[in-house]
Amino acid sequence: MSLRLRNGSKIAGAVLIVVLLVGLIPGVIGCTAEEEFPLHDPLVRFKIATTTSLYDTGLWYHLEPIFEELANVEMDIVYAGTGIALEYGRRGDVDAIIVHDRAREDVFIADGYGINRRNFGYNFFLIAGPPDDPAGITGSTAAEALKKLHDEGVKDADTVKFVSRGDDSGTHAKEKLIWKEAGFDYEDVRNSGEWYVEAGKGMGPTLLMANEMQAYVMADISTFLAYNLKRDLSIEPIVDKDSIFLNVYAAIAINPETHPKAEIDIANQFINWLISDEVQEIIGTYGTAEYGRPLFFPIASCDMPGCPPVEDYTTPVPAYMK
Amino acid sequence: MTELWNGLVKAVELIISLDPEVMQIAGRSLMIAVSSTVIGSVICIPVASIIHFNRFRGKRFLVSLIQTFYSVPTVVIGLFVFVFLSNTGPLGGLGFLHTPVAIVIGQVILITPILLGLTISALSGVDRAILDTARSLGASGLQMAVLVVKEARFAVVAAVIMGFGRAISELGISLMVGGNIRGFTRVITTAISLETSKGDIELAMALGIILIFIALVVNIVMNRIQQR
Repeated sequence: MSLRLRNGSKIAGAVLIVVLLVGLIPGVIGCTAEEEFPLHDPLVRFKIATTTSLYDTGLWYHLEPIFEELANVEMDIVYAGTGIALEYGRRGDVDAIIVHDRAREDVFIADGYGINRRNFGYNFFLIAGPPDDPAGITGSTAAEALKKLHDEGVKDADTVKFVSRGDDSGTHAKEKLIWKEAGFDYEDVRNSGEWYVEAGKGMGPTLLMANEMQAYVMADISTFLAYNLKRDLSIEPIVDKDSIFLNVYAAIAINPETHPKAEIDIANQFINWLISDEVQEIIGTYGTAEYGRPLFFPIASCDMPGCPPVEDYTTPVPAYMK
Repeated sequence: MTELWNGLVKAVELIISLDPEVMQIAGRSLMIAVSSTVIGSVICIPVASIIHFNRFRGKRFLVSLIQTFYSVPTVVIGLFVFVFLSNTGPLGGLGFLHTPVAIVIGQVILITPILLGLTISALSGVDRAILDTARSLGASGLQMAVLVVKEARFAVVAAVIMGFGRAISELGISLMVGGNIRGFTRVITTAISLETSKGDIELAMALGIILIFIALVVNIVMNRIQQR
């Protein structure tokens, strides 16, 4: 009898657990339907993958609500390096991509994954390093600077190190391009010693790593400024004047013939909106208040070798016809 | 040191001021992890009981296999779920990629081995004397099973807490299949990862402290339930 009583309280406990767990279910499902899982939202979800530099600087936080209201869509922004963004695009997991690597953009479009490419903004890369510049790259061109870093780094990895993104991002692609211009085979550079550090991380963490190691690093100016403001970096820009440092951002719509589910009409509207005067002005002034200078430039102000031809960004993309 | 202190101050500030974005992210983390834990428990506790109460060939091997999967890295699960849910994958048509549902799917897969394995351990830990007594009092097989589950409930709840802990603290799955979309799939761990990469170390630390705080509250609640 006493056993039964004891069991009685245990049963009550077990029942309570079950009741609480069951009680949670409607709560969870309720949220599923209402706010947390708005899969049946009447609004269309429009998904883009964007390069990290544009995201980390907060530009998309600024632009997202404007486009959402304009197009009456719910915009989902996934941030990823150019390599991953292109992969999302190839798989049709997004409706448009924002990338910065012309060579791979062209392949992406030629392979039938993307259409309606438009450049909409640019800025520059730079090579930052310790202020005392142990490798002596001050005043060099980009290619000369990397060559010096390589030569000095191979000689003495304790004083000269270079941190590479090493993640197939647009920045990494540009770095490889400069190595090529400097007359190096990239695979040789990678394997030339411990002076060459592959971070495998986004721009911000790579900068922080270079800062901790007092190493040289290649970064886009916007991420450098944003990170410098917040973390007070002890490395500083050393080489930043070279036309090869030009960094042009492009928007590409996913080809609906390859991926019929892609929201091509919204993607077209989005791309035309990016090259509109309204957004170009936002891009040209964004960051001025915080950094004393804009982080990006409107594409129309690009007038150096390597800039896209004018008709590349002044022609609105045509409506898609099936 | 100042960074640690600033992180702590910021966490307290964010909690006291009920910062809407932080609260939304914390709520979403909790909701997703609770959903995963509930779904996982509903599936795993009965399955673990079936495994425990039946004798069959390869049972030991099965248990070892389950235990091996305790240590599957979250990025590996993230990768597999991504490949399945991606538009070109076998389940791409469902459109679950980069939604909270995708994270729940990944987390259920993540905690299934833990829930199964620890529940089996819990049931195995029940004192044989209780079973012998019950049998001598003429209990049927089903009655015996119910008795064992009841006797083991402390350890079973501990398994559920463990599963919840693994679910709410994982990063790889949320990042890979959730996509860290602001206002939709951003959870505490992915927000920490993002804020760190943006250089907002204090905010990242504050979010970490909030995560631990949530875990603490959930554990207190679960312990209360356990002690009834």
